[in-house]
Parts: sequence; structure tokens; C-alpha cells
Amino acid sequence: MSDYNFAYLDEATKRMLRRAILKAVAIPGYQVPFSSREMPMPYGWGTGGVQVTAACLVPEDTLKVIDQGADDTTNAVSIRKFFARVAGVATTEATAEASIIQTRHRIPETPLSEGQILVFQVPIPEPLRFLEPRETETRTMHALEDYGLMQVRLYEDIARHGEIARAYAYPVRVQGRYVMDPSPIPKFDNPKLNMSPALQLFGAGRECRIYALPPFTHVESLDFEDYPFQPSKAADQACAICEAADSYLDEVITDDTGGRMFVCSDTDYCAARVAARQGDAA
Amino acid sequence: MSALLTAGFSDPAREGARAFRQVLDAMAHPGRIVTLEGVSAPAPCSDAAAIALMILADSTTPLHLAGAHDCPAMREWVAFHLGAPLCAPQHAGFALGTWQALGELSTYQQGVPEYPDRSATLIVELDQLHNEGVRLSGPGIEREAWLNLPDPGALQRNAARFPLGCDLMFTSGKTLAALPRSTRIEVPDVCRR
Repeated sequence: MSDYNFAYLDEATKRMLRRAILKAVAIPGYQVPFSSREMPMPYGWGTGGVQVTAACLVPEDTLKVIDQGADDTTNAVSIRKFFARVAGVATTEATAEASIIQTRHRIPETPLSEGQILVFQVPIPEPLRFLEPRETETRTMHALEDYGLMQVRLYEDIARHGEIARAYAYPVRVQGRYVMDPSPIPKFDNPKLNMSPALQLFGAGRECRIYALPPFTHVESLDFEDYPFQPSKAADQACAICEAADSYLDEVITDDTGGRMFVCSDTDYCAARVAARQGDAA
Repeated sequence: MSALLTAGFSDPAREGARAFRQVLDAMAHPGRIVTLEGVSAPAPCSDAAAIALMILADSTTPLHLAGAHDCPAMREWVAFHLGAPLCAPQHAGFALGTWQALGELSTYQQGVPEYPDRSATLIVELDQLHNEGVRLSGPGIEREAWLNLPDPGALQRNAARFPLGCDLMFTSGKTLAALPRSTRIEVPDVCRR
């Protein structure tokens, strides 16, 4: 243990975060403004997620941190070590063993269970921001439930490309009310948001917003009757390491002559499959 | 002056964190009854209500003490442990009291369409909490949950204002259950008079 207060933040900051988190849970999909603190890492490295995790952590927690599905990349390793140091919590790479999972841009392949908390790092929380840059306007649009602009944007995609071209940060509608940015997860992960038994919390540090999906909340990806939502991944490919055909794959360039391979983005899922296969072989 | 001021958490950061996880669990699963321990407050305040205030309220959150909860012992406890300014119902971020003492829900801040989060959280003291009475459904509830609510009609009107409205916590002794504004409330026919 260190000389830091438990989970780094001071108690007054934690109370402010707790109040924002409870309001976010009470109004699913609505972005609650909060007074984001400067954290010992730069904006864009998950300061929002780190603050939400710090406000929720208890000493008995087991924490998992993933970055694009991987447990072993810089962002994931540094945040995991940060909380091991300032909160003294146990850490794991196994999805099923974790009580809190902080994630950047993925939802684990292993289905989440009741009692788990998934904390998303969010760069731009406002789904309407690239359509309307003024905060005053987007706020009014949410208040009036005026999401026509977003439907037009999706329609223009179809007119131009023949399909809805958005592959990540695909907008969703929560419980038939708020349109929400699910953070830049691939749209392959969108169906996992719906009726999840886990509590899903979203923290945007630079933009000072927290929002939430309580367990068992209806989350619908926006689409049209004649152009239904399609959760896609690399077509007709399986993981080159574990041969999974049902997981989200990263394309890895292996040389400068066009060589490439597809591997699971979720390293824990992939490693567990390989270990199970080796166990069978032995 | 009361003779003794009751103590707060012996380890505020860790015990407060554990208490918040219980409250978060309750708010994320409307109707679920959780147990809070570690702090006792002067009568008539329940331990659970005192702990909820201790982990959420401070000098930045105006607090309304209703009815019998507005007593010298409680005022001293709030001044020492929370530092929250006491205020009238219409200005309150948090309010504490029995259902009768708290009065009309519409007196409290409901939030505004642009900022529905700017609404009061009411901590309602009940004699007991049990999982029967009215049927709850909505976010946080897989199929259905049940909870004894003091006035289902008023709470249905509160839920009908979604995304505006108050959020409620019900406390009794060391137990707490939450009812966010997003929860649908149905009164079974047998209970209707």
C-alpha cells in the first residue's frame, strides 16, 4: 500500500462522483455533467474511466483493465498498476473473475454476469457532436427528443455508400428515450449492451460527463426497417491463433508485401481457448 | 445540546466505498434491499439514512430535514459530519424524513428538460422494508421486483414525469432500497381499494 488515500481521490471528490453516478443510473443514457479532476495521466488515456472506477472501487474488488480488448497493452497495464498501487485491489486478466472491468473500446467476448461493473473510457460522449458542434443546441435536442438529424445522417450514409457506414461508436437509443454514444466500441459489440446483467458506466474525463446503463436496460442500435442494424466483423475470417469464428478480430499486418493475419482482439478470450485446446490435447 | 455526538466511520475511505457500492447496487436494481453498517445517527434517523448522507452529502449539497428529523441532535450531527447547509424543500439536493413529513413530491426540485439531473434525492424513512406491495419493472430489473411503497399513486406520477422527477431511497434501520424515477410502478388489483 501507499500513502495515497484509498483509490487515489479525496473523499469530497468521490462524493461528487458518486452523486453523478447515481443520477446517471437513475436517468439511463443521459450525460450527467461532473467536475472532472486532473488525474496523473493525460486526457485521452482514460481519465474519465479512471475517476468512475476510483469512485466505485472497494478493497475487496478484483479489477481487470482492457485496451481494445487486450490486457497487455500500455494503457491497460498502467491503469491496472495504478489501482493495484493506490487501492491495493487484486487484479486479473480473466473476465469471469473480475468484479470491475475498465475498458477502452471493447466489451469482453465472455458474457458478463450480474454483479459485475463495466466502466467505459469515453473520448466524445455526445453522439450529436459531429452533427451539431454547439453544446447549447445538442442539449436542447436531447431535451426535446429531437434526433431527426441523426436519422438523416444514417440515411445519407445509405444514399452514398449503400449501407450505414459507421463501424464503431454506433449510436444507440436507450429505453426508447436518450440517444447515446456507446464509446468507440465496434458495432459488433452493440448487441452486448442490450439487457446486459452487468452495470455499465461511462466516464468522459476531458468532456466532464458520466452516463450509465443499469442492468437489464433496453438498448437499441439506430437503423431503418429496410436497412436493419448489422453487427459486423471481418468477414469469413477466424482467429489465426485460437480459430474462433465468433469473436471480434484485429487485422495485423505482418510484413511489407501484403501479408496479414486476423487475431482475436480479446486476448483473455483467445488465451483461454488456446489453453483449453492444449488441455484437451494433453 | 445533546450529550454525545455519535461517531462517523472508523475508516472513512474504505467503509464509505463499501457503503456506496451497496447504494449503487440498490439504485441499479430498484427494489433490492441492501444493508449498510458502520455509522449510527441520533434518533429518529436510521443508520442506513445516516450512511447514505455521509457518503453523498457535503457542504455543496443543500439538505432539507423534514418533521421530527429537524431536531437539535440531527442538526448538530449534520453540522459536524456533513457540513451540509440546511434549507427549505424547494432548494434541497437531498431531503430526509418520513413520507408524511416530506410532503408533496412536486415541492422538490424535479430537474429541467436540459438538465434532468438537477433534481432532489429524497431519503424516506419507513418502519420496515420488505419485497412485497407494488410491482416494479424497468431498467435494472430483469422481470419484476416488489417493494412496499408508502404512496404508489404519488410515485407513479413522479415516474410519469421521466426524464424529470425525484429519485428516492427508502430506509429502515440498517436497510435501504432505491426507487429511481425510471422505474415503472404497478399496483396489483388486490391492493387497490
